[in-house]
Amino acid sequence: MSRAFFRRRKSCPFSGKNAPKIDYKDIRLLQGFMSERGKIVPSRITAVSAKKQRELSQAIKRARHLGLLPYLVK
Amino acid sequence: MPLYEHVFLARQDLSQAQVDALAAAATEIIETNSGKVTKTETWGLKNLAYKIKRNRKAHFVLLNVDAPAGVIAELERQTSINEDVIRYMTIRVDEHESGPSVQMRKSDRERRGRREREEA
Repeated sequence: MSRAFFRRRKSCPFSGKNAPKIDYKDIRLLQGFMSERGKIVPSRITAVSAKKQRELSQAIKRARHLGLLPYLVK
Repeated sequence: MPLYEHVFLARQDLSQAQVDALAAAATEIIETNSGKVTKTETWGLKNLAYKIKRNRKAHFVLLNVDAPAGVIAELERQTSINEDVIRYMTIRVDEHESGPSVQMRKSDRERRGRREREEA
C-alpha cells in the first residue's frame, strides 16, 4: 500500500463521551446522515459503527413514518 | 409496567383546543385502564415532509406513557378509528427523557448556537 493513500480512520460520531443520543425526534441530527435525495448515507462514508448505524436507520425510518423526514426529495 | 412514547398527528384544520381534547381523550383511555401519562407535549402545527391524507401540515402531540401492553393495544385501536388523527406511532422505550424533548428545545438551541458564534 502506498503511503500517499493512507488516511487516519475516523472514529464513530456516536461513541465516546458527550456523543449525541440517537433519537427519532432529533431531526437536525438525523438529517446530517442523509443524502440530499433523502437517502440514508452508508456507514462506510460516515464512519458510524455498525451497531449505531442500525439504531440510526431505525430512528430515520421512524421519523419518516411521522412525516418529520422525507422518504425522497424530488 | 413498560414505558412507551406515543406520538400522534392530528389534522391541520383542527383548532389547538380540539387537539388538546384529543390528547385529553387519549390520557383518559390510559388512566381508566390503570396506566399513567407522565408527560404530554404538544409540538404545535408543523410542516410535513410529504402529504399525509391531503394534509401538508399536522398538529403533533407526544405522550409519555407508563401502562400495561393491553392498554396500549386499546389506545391504538381507538386512535385508528378516529378520523381527526392522520397518523400515530407508539414505541417502547427503556426510559423516558426527563426534560423536554428535542422538538421543544429546538428554538432555544438555535438561539444559543448563534450566541456562541458571536462570542467566538
